[in-house]
Amino acid sequence: MSSTTEAITGGRLMVELLEEAGVEIVFGYPGGAILPFYDELYHSKKIKHILVRHEQGAVHMAEGYARSTGKLGVCIATSGPGATNLITGLTDAKLDSIPILAITGQVATDAIGTDAFQEADIFGITIPITKYNALIKKADDLARHFEEAIKIAMGGRPGPVLLDFPKDVQTQKTTVRKATSLKIAPHHYERPKVKGDPQEFAEVLNGAKRPLLYVGGGAINSFASAEIKALAEKANAPVTTTLMGLGAFPGTHPLSVGMLGMHGTAYANKAVLECDYILNLGARFDDRVAKYQDFAPNAIRAHVDIDAAEFNKRINVDHILHGDLKDAIREILPFVKGGDRSSWIENIQTLKKNHPLDYDNSGDSIKPQDFLQRVYARTKGEAIVSTDVGQHQMWAAQYYLFDRPNTWLTSGGLGTMGYGLPAAIGAKFGNPDKTVICVTGDGSFQMCIQELATIAQSKLGVKILLFNNNFLGMVRQWQELFYEERFSESQWTYNPDFVKLSEAYGIPAMKIEHKSEIEKGVDFFLKDSGSALIEVMIPAEEKVFPMIPAGKSQQDLIEFKDLGKLKK
Amino acid sequence: MKHTLSILVNNHPGVMSHVSGLFTRRGYNIDSIAVGVTDNAEVSSMTIVLNGDDFVVGQVKNQLLKLPDVLRVQDMAYASSVQRELVLISFSITEGNRSEALTICNGFDVKILEMTEDSLLIEFSGNSRQVANIISVLKPFGIREISRTGQIAIAYRNQNSV
Ligand SMILES: Cc1ncc(C[n+]2csc(CCOP(=O)(O)OP(=O)(O)O)c2C)c(N)n1
Repeated sequence: MSSTTEAITGGRLMVELLEEAGVEIVFGYPGGAILPFYDELYHSKKIKHILVRHEQGAVHMAEGYARSTGKLGVCIATSGPGATNLITGLTDAKLDSIPILAITGQVATDAIGTDAFQEADIFGITIPITKYNALIKKADDLARHFEEAIKIAMGGRPGPVLLDFPKDVQTQKTTVRKATSLKIAPHHYERPKVKGDPQEFAEVLNGAKRPLLYVGGGAINSFASAEIKALAEKANAPVTTTLMGLGAFPGTHPLSVGMLGMHGTAYANKAVLECDYILNLGARFDDRVAKYQDFAPNAIRAHVDIDAAEFNKRINVDHILHGDLKDAIREILPFVKGGDRSSWIENIQTLKKNHPLDYDNSGDSIKPQDFLQRVYARTKGEAIVSTDVGQHQMWAAQYYLFDRPNTWLTSGGLGTMGYGLPAAIGAKFGNPDKTVICVTGDGSFQMCIQELATIAQSKLGVKILLFNNNFLGMVRQWQELFYEERFSESQWTYNPDFVKLSEAYGIPAMKIEHKSEIEKGVDFFLKDSGSALIEVMIPAEEKVFPMIPAGKSQQDLIEFKDLGKLKK
Repeated sequence: MKHTLSILVNNHPGVMSHVSGLFTRRGYNIDSIAVGVTDNAEVSSMTIVLNGDDFVVGQVKNQLLKLPDVLRVQDMAYASSVQRELVLISFSITEGNRSEALTICNGFDVKILEMTEDSLLIEFSGNSRQVANIISVLKPFGIREISRTGQIAIAYRNQNSV
């Protein structure tokens, strides 16, 4: 261990380590067990601290920041209830592979395990939901734990890490400022060499008549968009993305067939059935996409991933390339040949023409799809969009075409209601010059609604698009289709006046109900760079289509035009 | 099918929870788990016996290797490794069957740790089949208490020896 002459406190050291790691912003909430650290943070000129209203907000903000910037997201909470409020967000980050460092205060080391005031075994609690975690027992160990933690968070398949930081360790003095050795093996943070045979891998692709690229969130984590575009264009292969992969390949590209899976486009899901080769690039054959072993039944299946544990986990594949996606594609590209795939491409165009995304826009009510298409046009597709969870999330995924990576923030794996607003706040802090829009529903919005105060306090220009159907819409959709319209506890018999509520936080707001008001509404909400909320009243019975019913696969896709078939 | 995994891990608090939590989370049952430090005080060796087909064991192995504190995972094939368990058994004897009990102990290569008028306390080590055997042979005497270590294993250097 290296030492310098002057001893500093653990709290001071944590601040310095964060600064050295280039952390510019942290999201947190203080409390007794983390006060010595906050006292040191007070002096930092490099780190901006955002005071949230609930710790769940802090971790989702860190996620939104991380996802939209590609950097590490940092959140801070005190011991006990502060720490346990991070659980949902940490689980969310684990399932979506988002690099997050959570620092939690802990009771003093001699009180640990005594059921002390505000004590929770957050180390034990977060074992299954972090990629790595540690309890810092003495200030001398801090530098090592810190380095391990951020290397693991950012390295390989990214994920959340947690450092539990007892109060006495925050005040203890140390001279050990740098880790001289790490206890964890390098393969947990070093970029692995690509394993497999890139040439052979490419040749299988070359031999395919109807290839399809299936791109997941790993493409965003690996910054592989340019490589994927080059591959698709060279191979003349259509590209579909998962919910997490939106933006990794331009949604407006002629080779794009949009999203696949439960609420993916009909043409993407049909392309999966028809392709003779499917190349999974950084996706995980999630069960909302690949229900059964016979996923892509006519295709040779190939998979590129940085996480070896993903291979053959749910769906068996024929060819594997293990490594960072960007590196792997760079290695196969030289061996990829063009080939004539015009009939396959034509086939795809026909699918697109015959099975478009569709909805009924007659009548006076405002359709969310229509509204989103106008928001898309107005922002020229250049906004960063976050969502909550539900129908609005799927409409946003379908109708806002993402052309760039890191512009789509959604809770894909965990499906966390309450994610959208704080994620948008985090993204806006990371991208102050971009338009950031949170698309939410009246249910989800109320889960982290208190973060409106964080927007107001920082005078952030976050745009909130609230689709109000006075229902837990997605729950209602399932109840309507699969539970014979028994709307058990999905209707709001009370909703607040969202406009007044927003205005109470100093955020301008407007409510629209009729189609004639759409343009006025879009204009109100996007006209300047300030924050604004638009509440759009939509019909409760509006549904998300296409849909693959839960437990079914691509063959069973229901399109808007088949709606009648669903009801007996 | 039973598999024996030999795992090297960093020797510090929480590692056990990390490893066993992984099994809990995926609903895999651990038949036995034995842990001890190696010649390197910073490294512990764990032997886990679990029931599962090759797919399940492959998944477990992959997930274990993702834990930063796990240094190595080996799936021990029965034929190419030594597998042993230590068991302590206390059982009842009578005037009438004492010599029979002692003959059995002799035959099994058992260490006798304590003998009283009406009981024997013995130590036995062997593979899981042998341990099951001795327990079933002693059962008729009336077993008072059993304590087992769980299986440990190590691979032969020469993979031709059995
Ligand atoms: C924290 C949490 N609780 C419950 C659910 C289950 N759930 C999924 S969608 C949904 C309804 C969401 O309603 P709303 O936010 O109003 O959006 P809408 O579907 O109406 O667009 C619910 C309750 C969830 N995803 N997350």
